[in-house]
Amino acid sequence: MAPKARTVSNTLAMTLLWTSAIVTVGVLFALIAYVFINGIAQISLDFIFGYPRGLHAEGGIWPTIVASVYVTGLAMLIVTPIGILAAVYLSEYARQGRMVKAIRFAADSLAAIPSIVLGLFGLALFVEALGIGFSVLSGALALAFLMLPIVMRTTEEAIRAVPRYIRWGSYGLGATKWQTVSRVVLPAAAPRVLTGLILATGRAVGETAVVIYTMGTMINTPVTPLDPGRSMTVHLYLLSTEGINLQAAYGTALLLMVMILGFNLTARLIVRRSRRLSE
Amino acid sequence: MTPGNVPIPRPAPHIAESPNIKLTSRSTYLKERFLRYLFAAAALVAVLGVLLIFFFVGIRGWPIFQKVGVWDFLTGMVWAPTATPPQYGIFPMLFGSFVVMAGALVLGAPLAIGTAIFLSEIASPKVRSVVRPAVELLAGVPSVVFGFFGLLVLRPFLAAGSGTLGLGLMAGWLILAIMVVPTIATLTEDALDSVSGGVREASYAMGATTWQTIYKVLVPSARVGIIDAIILGMGRAIGETMAVLMVIGNAPVIPKGLFAPFSTITTQIVIDMSYATGDHRTALFGMAIVLFAISMLFVAAVRLVSRLFGAED
Repeated sequence: MAPKARTVSNTLAMTLLWTSAIVTVGVLFALIAYVFINGIAQISLDFIFGYPRGLHAEGGIWPTIVASVYVTGLAMLIVTPIGILAAVYLSEYARQGRMVKAIRFAADSLAAIPSIVLGLFGLALFVEALGIGFSVLSGALALAFLMLPIVMRTTEEAIRAVPRYIRWGSYGLGATKWQTVSRVVLPAAAPRVLTGLILATGRAVGETAVVIYTMGTMINTPVTPLDPGRSMTVHLYLLSTEGINLQAAYGTALLLMVMILGFNLTARLIVRRSRRLSE
Repeated sequence: MTPGNVPIPRPAPHIAESPNIKLTSRSTYLKERFLRYLFAAAALVAVLGVLLIFFFVGIRGWPIFQKVGVWDFLTGMVWAPTATPPQYGIFPMLFGSFVVMAGALVLGAPLAIGTAIFLSEIASPKVRSVVRPAVELLAGVPSVVFGFFGLLVLRPFLAAGSGTLGLGLMAGWLILAIMVVPTIATLTEDALDSVSGGVREASYAMGATTWQTIYKVLVPSARVGIIDAIILGMGRAIGETMAVLMVIGNAPVIPKGLFAPFSTITTQIVIDMSYATGDHRTALFGMAIVLFAISMLFVAAVRLVSRLFGAED
């Protein structure tokens, strides 16, 4: 008996769906494998902790690592309290109305603004109008706007996932709203909040267009927040387009990917552990 | 997908909101009041951010609209900011942005939606635990690494196949197609997951195959979410800068073929920003205003789609 047409089309569709998933995963693995295979020979203590030398940036990339970590860390310090409190407001305090709608629309818009526009904005406001100049601080402030919608969204989801009866228990004991939020709701939501923060940090580390116009391209180990610097991403961009030192580019790409992978795995681990604890 | 849709029932009006009931000290009441305003202020930072971006990019770019005229700026065919007299027409870049976005979506959206359907409907938990992290990780790969990969792996391949440098529309499409996959796939999967299980079971109970259930029941039920996902993917594609910059060859002209150099709005800003002064620099901020407006349109489109079709869900 010949197979029915619907069985054939079902098999065909299943094949296509499998293929699309395999292509997606395959591209990711190809990308990671390519960066690792070509970059691993480059990695040495001298490459990580050394300074770039000469016309072709031989030597290490230490200043760019410092600049990247510095600007991302500072951005995280700026965005964490604002993002979390904003999410607390939206999920625990605000009444659904015009103001909440405006805030949500603004957060969605902020998430949709291209990073190059954020970069030019940072240049216009922080670097030039406020006179901070190309600096870690300018970069961190601009990056904070990039991270804000991510932190707000993930924190809000984390808070909403906290069961209601826990709140009622707290209110029933006579706790005020802030006591309930700070001692009951936020601790319960903490693992997922942390995960969101880590993912936002990963985004910021990988960002190029924002930092190139706010932190500059000068190779410099920043000490104070007002010092300029060149991030790893900007370094990778300049090295690979000028084609002058591909070896260093491979090494930089590898370290960048290792950092991003590290952030993602940490976030995953936290989620898994908290899930196990709550079960 | 939007957390705002699930209201948390409020506890009975609390002391912090009704000062007449003297259950707590005045200082506690004042503290609660103060914190409420502090949190509201934090939430308003997002609004402030958008306004600041609009204002500061706008104020720097607006003079070019007055000088050249908005219409001529948008439709001018020649971008020659250093010529005498300079010409500021961004149409070739606008064209480039939309063409590279469209192609990337044609290639990337089916891949992404296919992956999402696979994750939500077909994959066993074991397979899912490999594919889903991969998709999430793909979202985290920096765009400059995608560009690097495109430049060193994709370009030689395309160059050999076409007998050109390999830079251009085709390279841009392929790289961007992969980059929009995580955006579209994650949101599509959310949409599919929010279709209630009973609908699936009913379809299978009628004797439908998996594929019939998917395209006759699940995809129509989740269509609002899928359309939103595609629009957000469009926004991601049009705003993407570094990866595209590294693979399209960069020339402010309408591309003459799949392997001819061209520019997008984002890439032309980066290329020119390194040396632009005066009106030229203003024109680059003008291009940023155009990008800002386009991304706002996408956000508004998502809202509109949800409002028009969302009520049935």
